[in-house]
Amino acid sequence: MTQTSYGPDDGTLDGNAIGGLLRELFGTEMTTASGTCATCGYTAQVAQALVYLDAPGAVMRCRACAAVLAVIVRRQATACVDLEGLAALDYPPPSS
Amino acid sequence: MAGTAVLGRLTWQVAGVTAVRPETPSVRTIELVVPGWAGHQAGQHLDIRLTADDGYVAERSYSIASAPGEPVALTVERLEDGEVSPYLTEELRVGDEIEIRGPIGGYFVWDGADAATPVLLVAGGSGVVPFRSMLRHRARIGSTAPVRLLYSARSLPDVIYQAELERPGGGAEVIYTLTRQQPEGWAGHSGRVDAALLGAVAWPAERLPLAYVCGPTAFVEIVSAALVSLGYPAERVKTERYGGAGAG
Amino acid sequence: MSPVSRGFHGRHRARGVDPGRVPPGQYVTTDFPVLSAGPTPRTPLESWTFSIRQAGETAKSWSWQQIRELPSEAVTADIHCVTKWTKLDTSWQAVSLDVLLGQVQHQARYVRAFCDGGYTANLPLADVTGGRAWLAYGYDGAPLQPEHGGPARLLVPHLYFWKSAKWVRGLELLAADEPGFWERYGYHNYGDPWREQRYSGD
Repeated sequence: MTQTSYGPDDGTLDGNAIGGLLRELFGTEMTTASGTCATCGYTAQVAQALVYLDAPGAVMRCRACAAVLAVIVRRQATACVDLEGLAALDYPPPSS
Repeated sequence: MAGTAVLGRLTWQVAGVTAVRPETPSVRTIELVVPGWAGHQAGQHLDIRLTADDGYVAERSYSIASAPGEPVALTVERLEDGEVSPYLTEELRVGDEIEIRGPIGGYFVWDGADAATPVLLVAGGSGVVPFRSMLRHRARIGSTAPVRLLYSARSLPDVIYQAELERPGGGAEVIYTLTRQQPEGWAGHSGRVDAALLGAVAWPAERLPLAYVCGPTAFVEIVSAALVSLGYPAERVKTERYGGAGAG
Repeated sequence: MSPVSRGFHGRHRARGVDPGRVPPGQYVTTDFPVLSAGPTPRTPLESWTFSIRQAGETAKSWSWQQIRELPSEAVTADIHCVTKWTKLDTSWQAVSLDVLLGQVQHQARYVRAFCDGGYTANLPLADVTGGRAWLAYGYDGAPLQPEHGGPARLLVPHLYFWKSAKWVRGLELLAADEPGFWERYGYHNYGDPWREQRYSGD
């Protein structure tokens, strides 16, 4: 339909860059968690996702199809975490 | 989860600057004293938060340059359009305090426990920082794992840790490629890392090596794709991307 | 409260600015930071279109050439990003959305911009008419670059800049409001910088 191409962009980060943010929110190491894209089914570790931080929130996208996997909006004491683009997210439970 | 300590809550804390040391004209190593630091793994990073007197806040992540067991050190490259890296490389001085949280990351780490697996480290520019931690860690624990570092730098004066990398210890190998400028009589590699260069210096895929690639995003994409083309399984190529030139 | 980092001043900060031009909580920069929530799309101009959609149908569509033939204006505006930077006196070449929406019969009260890459932003119709919103294709005397939303983006400078959708491909006319990308994730539905409407509930 359209001949739009996307990226690659030199500024794109990966999931390593949100390791701190995710650990703050989930209470455990998340970059080794395994995430499955709800759009294309690609499964990879969070560290390998495309990550965009120069935005109003942190946006995590699928490395295979670029669909949004997760969006995190930080707001002083609270955070809005949307994982709608993930069909599955397997991670070790936080140790107490 | 070998090698991971129990994770405490990740909170911001104040760290004191105990030493600053120039590495190249645009790169500096900063040593920190962090009260209650529980240790880190080779390859992990820290988040840094700076606050201006008018309340403006900026956060960035930096790889830890020191080995587990050593005082926390960061090595920071000054980026032309950056806002945090010019501060860290030019303004920050001994006795200053900055906010940090960490250590962070469990993917781009190497604990040195597996002596049988050859390890290939591929660095673009300041992407060498986590590998310095890994090489020092390897020497400290006396690991015999075969480790080879391929380090792409613009020129010899841009090579970070040059003196240290001349003698990485324990038989680790360091191979340079200089992309922009080579000294007279340079016998090493020239030009960017590509499949041909990797074919010449990377461990053969048959030896089931593990690869770590770190540097600017464009560099990491090219190198990781080239390694896969040489037969490295994608899941054996661990990557960490620093973004573009203006992000620091 | 975080301790002040001695000697840290942040991004290339503009000095001596009239404080009356700076919304609360904003910092004036001389840079033009690139903000992006996804990969930069590149659409060849010969296949690019701008469309107004209504009830699932395309009510009107313009080619790049047709958009460029419409009357345009030079717009100078202060822009305010919700990530706290403000840039003063930005200059744009743009077609008023009045010109575009005036070519379609409708009773809509809201619009939602749609873009290459799937980004969306919602706006009341009243905020994109009356000479307050544009389709911008020129910046600072040159074609709008892809990293800043080129070939064309919305320009709605009286609201936080996430409403000025980059890589915009059209407007959907709506009778009832429907949140866009950031509005779904907790950002304010309207986004007035002067009332500091950053997050839902502000």
